[in-house]
Amino acid sequence: MKIKFWGVRGSIPSPGPATVKYGGNTTCIEVRSDAGELIILDAGTGIFPLSQSLFSEFPLTSHIFNTHTHWDHIQGLPFFIPFFVPGNTVKIHGAADPVSQKGISEILSAQLQYRFFPIREAELKSDIEYFSLKEGEKVVVGDAVVTPVMMNHPVINFGYRIDCKGKSVFFTGDHEPWRNIYTPEETEEYEEYKEIMAQKNKQVMDVISGVDVLIADTSYTPDEYMQKIGWGHGTFDTSIQMAKEAKAKALYFTHHEPTRSDNALEAVFAEALSRNTRHEGDPDYFLASEGLEIDL
Amino acid sequence: MDSELQNRLMKVVDQMPPFPKSVHRVIELTNDLNCAPKDLVQVIEHDPVITMKMLKLVNSAFFALAKSVTSVRHAVVYLGLNTVKNLALSIATIQCLPTKSTAEFNTNDFLLHSLTTASIAQRIGKEFLGSGDTSDLFVTGLLHDFGKVVLAQFMTEDFGKAIVIARERGIPLHEAEMEVIGTDHTTVGAMLAEKWELPKDLTACIRNHHNPDAIDASPEIIDDCVFAADQISKKLEFGFSGNPVIEAFPEHMVETFGVDMDQMIERLGDLSAEVEKAESFIYM
Repeated sequence: MKIKFWGVRGSIPSPGPATVKYGGNTTCIEVRSDAGELIILDAGTGIFPLSQSLFSEFPLTSHIFNTHTHWDHIQGLPFFIPFFVPGNTVKIHGAADPVSQKGISEILSAQLQYRFFPIREAELKSDIEYFSLKEGEKVVVGDAVVTPVMMNHPVINFGYRIDCKGKSVFFTGDHEPWRNIYTPEETEEYEEYKEIMAQKNKQVMDVISGVDVLIADTSYTPDEYMQKIGWGHGTFDTSIQMAKEAKAKALYFTHHEPTRSDNALEAVFAEALSRNTRHEGDPDYFLASEGLEIDL
Repeated sequence: MDSELQNRLMKVVDQMPPFPKSVHRVIELTNDLNCAPKDLVQVIEHDPVITMKMLKLVNSAFFALAKSVTSVRHAVVYLGLNTVKNLALSIATIQCLPTKSTAEFNTNDFLLHSLTTASIAQRIGKEFLGSGDTSDLFVTGLLHDFGKVVLAQFMTEDFGKAIVIARERGIPLHEAEMEVIGTDHTTVGAMLAEKWELPKDLTACIRNHHNPDAIDASPEIIDDCVFAADQISKKLEFGFSGNPVIEAFPEHMVETFGVDMDQMIERLGDLSAEVEKAESFIYM
């Protein structure tokens, strides 16, 4: 299995001289199974450069797995070139929304309204298929298997585990660790809520457990987080904790804060590592950067 | 129940409004970006209609989670606060038909009965069975009489008649409902819960709460706690839901809890705090 980052930025694209090294595109990760199946995790602006690398494979079947439908994870979708070429097939997988009670099939039609984009969904040339996923139901993509599990974000967000020939990767999408809404003084409620959080955490850990590569939303430093509680993102320290608990072999920090320059990113990364000294058996820690490839 | 009545009930429940006070609070809280999550959760979990509809939406086949969501707190952890908040808002603003009290069925008395049954069921689970997560007991206690809300809303006259008959003849309300309407609130409530794919234990408890000996897939712990709490709430006259009859604990329940009803009431001690909490919600 091969993994390549095409977009590692959170919230909004951040081009410019200060972000050249890690990149300014929003979330998009290419995963290739051993047999060459194309799985794309999220369609942030990074999907545009990715799609330019695919011409030689046309006609092509791509599987896009959307973690959630916030803009920074779908913004590149209308520019996914395979849509415009007959013979291609694009299969879009993602969560249904319990509030609107609509499936993932809404994802493109919501973006491609004539006032906001010149081409209507009906005018796209490729075959498009939609799959509203249910939590825990595995999706077989050739020689790979994708397992969705619900994480914690201000909209339904699936984390995806991909397994292929004994190797595995898990991407959290956007995720903030669960927080108790009660204070320890509210003993009964606090304890009960803690137990529900523990059950949920265990459910997620059962899915992540033992992955080779964990790619985790790491938007903030612990200090920054105190101003952003409930925004749905993790910190260096929460990602490290998750990776250790899951016994992941390697942890890649992504969803970099959009105002963070390359230098600042390396500085907060170094601070995180000094706060969390690596011990024997701990995961290896890396900053995700555009163009970075992982060969498993 | 004939299928015509069933279809009619299904349709009307979709239109059913939450209780007006919680609608007001939900709108107020959801307009405040900094509202404390626990305040919102409290409002939702004290309104049978919002709770029921929320469980319906998140447990539907369309949006099935790996694990069924059995309480509002589960929903917050499993779906996230923001999703719960928007669900509550969409339920609360669906329309604004006021839920009215009638001479026979007083909404506030009904809510007080449901809420105290919920909190007493939770207390029983904790104190007699050592349960940790009792949020599903609260929900089940809150919703056990949901069928009555439906009957009161949409078969107001017949339901009123049933309450009068039950009172005059001193018979259980569900028997009087059967006489007047041809079905009762346990059947109506369970039918809806089933159709909405609510958690199986919850559905079973709604169906069996006047039939504690029923053999069913539901774990008896929920059935027993809610049955006991229902009787205690009636016995101590916390609110009123139209049923004048208090049933004794069947033998297996006395065995499970190791006490009969009077001993249980004694062990639970002063329940006035539960009543005050419930009242503060109803009359906020």
